[in-house]
Amino acid sequence: MPFNLLVLASLSYVIFLFGVAFFVERRAAQGAAGWLRSPLVYTLSLSVYCTAWTFYGAVGYAARSGLEYLTIYLGPTIVFVGWWWVLRKLVRIGRQHRVTSIADLISSRYGKSNLLGVIVTVMCVTAATPYIALQLQSVTLSFGVFASATVDGWAKPDGEVTSVWVTGGLALFTILFGTRNLDANEQHTGVVTAIAVEAVVKLLALVAVGVFVVWGIADGPRDILARIDASSMAEWHMKPSRWTGLIFLSAAAVICLPRMFQVLVVENSDERHLATASWAFPLYVLMMSLFVVPIAVVGLELMPEGANPDLFVLTLPLSQGQGGLAMLAFLGGFSSATSMVIVASIALATMVSNHIVMPFWLSLRPARAVPGDVRRLVLLSRRLSIVAILALGYAYYQGSGGSAALAAIGLISFVGVAQILPAMMGGIFWRGATRTGAIWGLCLGFAVWAYTLFFPSFGADAVLSANVMANGPLGIAWLRPQALFGVEGMDPLIHALFWSMALNTVAFCTGSLLTFPNPVERVQAAAFVNAFDAEPGNTRGWSEHGAVGAEDLLIMAQRILGNDEGLGFFEGQARAQGKSGYLPDPTAGFMEQLERRLAGAVGAATAHAMISQIAGRATVSVEDLMAVANEAAQIMEYSSKLEEQQDELTRTARQLRDANDKLTQLSVQKDAFLSQISHELRTPMTSIRAFSEILAEDDLPGEMVTKYGKVIHDETKRLTRLLDDLLDLSVLENGTVQLNLELSNLREMIDGALRSSSHTRAERSFVIHRDLPSEDIFLRTDSDRLTQVFINLISNARKYCDAANPELRISVRRKGGRVIVDFIDNGSGIPKGQQALIFEKFARLTDQTKAGGAGLGLAICREVMANLGGTISYLPGQWGAAFRVTLPLRLEPPKK
Amino acid sequence: MGSAEGREQYMGQHVLLIEDEPNIAEAIRFILSRDGWRVSTYGSGLEAVAQVQSLRPDVLILDVMLPGQSGHDILAQLRGMPDFTDLPVLMLTAKGQGRDREMAERAGANMFMAKPFSNAEIVAAVRLLGADQIGQDGTQGT
Repeated sequence: MPFNLLVLASLSYVIFLFGVAFFVERRAAQGAAGWLRSPLVYTLSLSVYCTAWTFYGAVGYAARSGLEYLTIYLGPTIVFVGWWWVLRKLVRIGRQHRVTSIADLISSRYGKSNLLGVIVTVMCVTAATPYIALQLQSVTLSFGVFASATVDGWAKPDGEVTSVWVTGGLALFTILFGTRNLDANEQHTGVVTAIAVEAVVKLLALVAVGVFVVWGIADGPRDILARIDASSMAEWHMKPSRWTGLIFLSAAAVICLPRMFQVLVVENSDERHLATASWAFPLYVLMMSLFVVPIAVVGLELMPEGANPDLFVLTLPLSQGQGGLAMLAFLGGFSSATSMVIVASIALATMVSNHIVMPFWLSLRPARAVPGDVRRLVLLSRRLSIVAILALGYAYYQGSGGSAALAAIGLISFVGVAQILPAMMGGIFWRGATRTGAIWGLCLGFAVWAYTLFFPSFGADAVLSANVMANGPLGIAWLRPQALFGVEGMDPLIHALFWSMALNTVAFCTGSLLTFPNPVERVQAAAFVNAFDAEPGNTRGWSEHGAVGAEDLLIMAQRILGNDEGLGFFEGQARAQGKSGYLPDPTAGFMEQLERRLAGAVGAATAHAMISQIAGRATVSVEDLMAVANEAAQIMEYSSKLEEQQDELTRTARQLRDANDKLTQLSVQKDAFLSQISHELRTPMTSIRAFSEILAEDDLPGEMVTKYGKVIHDETKRLTRLLDDLLDLSVLENGTVQLNLELSNLREMIDGALRSSSHTRAERSFVIHRDLPSEDIFLRTDSDRLTQVFINLISNARKYCDAANPELRISVRRKGGRVIVDFIDNGSGIPKGQQALIFEKFARLTDQTKAGGAGLGLAICREVMANLGGTISYLPGQWGAAFRVTLPLRLEPPKK
Repeated sequence: MGSAEGREQYMGQHVLLIEDEPNIAEAIRFILSRDGWRVSTYGSGLEAVAQVQSLRPDVLILDVMLPGQSGHDILAQLRGMPDFTDLPVLMLTAKGQGRDREMAERAGANMFMAKPFSNAEIVAAVRLLGADQIGQDGTQGT
């Protein structure tokens, strides 16, 4: 097959995946994810377990080691069928605590310790690098196989160029779809669906090649069985230790691999999907393994001596002249490799960014400074991490020369990540497990792995000298990397697995038993181990603290979650507390919710640190917890429950007091309203009466008559306007207003409003920032009424914005079926105490001559928006004074 | 009212009007000028006390709702100064509630008038206050 055709096919395939991911993201953004979040997609996304190693390597593995390749499938099957309750607990904990990665899980469990996060991250990156290299190698090799089979078309570029392009392309795809959202709980629906599509492609490809081999080359199953008997595979004998070890290893890996944790826990949108996956995923794996032996046997038979068995899936159809089938197989392998690399680099980038970059950046800042634009920083650091991780994989691929058999590299990685297993399982089942124990276990296990398996894998004299390998360091024989403590004759892999896991577990248990957990750890331990009893919100980390400004928290949350997300979250929390507006009371419960929400974006340890900064650190009631730390954890939980109830009572009392204040205020307001109306009516009437008497009495000069006549006329108009406003308000308040619904363009309405309000303080230059394309929306609403609201807001900005160079930013966004229009100026804004009052009648913050109106403007705006099915509100914590108008895209006329 | 005798009597007497509504100020200025008063107007609560100090009017007309500082506050300050304890003050208000009248009296206003008023009323009121002033000063007997 010509090389250029191959490149074209791969490119079209990638573009197709792009399309899938893009389409799905769009749908999810419109809230119509629907079947995209089905158990089927979830199960298929789990197939990211089956990488290029599985796709190509299993056949090679079978050709070299017979049925042993089955262990790689048996482990996950056992976990999914028999141990799904462990998975369920992991998923439950992951969702309750908004865990973003496996490093986050460990860090969060052991007292939000960032040191642990760093350790796990380093381990995962180290273990995954060769694995990513392996994928790059397999794609490059498969390109090579195709290209060498032809002479026409483009000249085949060498492997290096191909692998650079593949690496770059994968980085681009991953960045585009993996780092669009920040909050991990929003999940990468697009990527996951693309992965699910790739899962189907690789299954179809492998089955197609298998079917071709069984029925196309051989004469059906009977013939295949005969050929197997005749081949060298029949002589294969099972080695029980290796067999058991490998099953254990793959079972551990399916839980601990960062990419598996990502799809299994982080991307899980519904716990019930796990029930389906518990039988469907083993079935998928079974299908993947079904034809491995036939392909291997027939390949050994037909292919020339010395052909790489890792590539039989490709070379077998090619040698039989089946170009189309070979192309399908190629795409299958391509899918396997790309899906693994994409998910793994998303997972690793999240870990690197949350546990290494962000804490480092935070530590550079002065203690109480409000963090700057964290959101952009997090995304940037994730993107850079993705590039760095892929570059690392590429470097490894270049360095290792890509010679080792595929399966060997995969198993080395597996043993590396399996080191997380004791800390993880201990963390979710054993309350006594401590941070120190976890650190000891992880470090020791990791060190043993590196010493006995990882370093030797580079070959003699690469990292460890041949002398050390043969005689041990400094000639100490019992420290030989592949014969620790004098245990000789063991398979090197099993040897490494046995010693690393054994020492890891012993260190973990010893460390846990010898040390005492700190209070935060204790609380987290209870929350994790009792994940099924506890309702979310049982980790008491924040005590009630009046000094925390809800507005400061809001500003921080907006910088991490984005403006809309932040405001929406605060509004929801405020509503849950029975308050209106955007600023809830900083109760312990609220702070926890906030911390969890932020943890979804930047990880538990970082979120905790950021809130501590704003809350002045004193709010972490470590001292309180310390006092009871010597008692049983149950007593502590009980007392904190009591505390919670007391907080609840205090809050209720405060709400009642607020309600009472509000009523009193309303009564005062009613009197003030009448008095105001009296004033507003009497003032023009005074002028009218005085001048009309003057005109009636005297024979004034003509120009005086004209002048005074005009005054009377103007004052009459002013009276009329006031009465109009009052009537307008009354009609709007009673809901008897006649709306004139029609389709009209939002941009034209804003244009009109800007024109009409340009007379207000026309002498001042006033800069308006707009984004015209975003305003090009057709709304069904009452355009005159809406324009009236806009005029009011713009005139207010012109009147009251106290900046030297006043500016007004008008931004328009669509969100679901609603449109949001923000008017934000650069003045000093409205003081917090008065934000609640400005929409009241006659509420004028400054003196009246400057305002020139009766103070009914915003009250009318509020009523108009209510009639248009929308809202108008003041946005705290913005540039200057900021008003948000929200209304439906299509207002339905009220049903009669 | 409005007789020649009245005009001569108040000729040259000085009224200061503190009122922020330009049209009302213009109307009162016109009516009183025609009655023979010298009328100055000022449109804000801020610096109002300084205005009184520098112009030293014979009669002060003071609106209650003023930007910057209310008429009540201005009056309270003036009454605290020895020079102005006896300055005749007419307060104007557009609210017209009983409470306003009480507050004006407590602040030390000599007279109180609710808007809108007739031209004759305000002329009479200012004349009355001006006559008191003359009586007290003893410069011009009645």
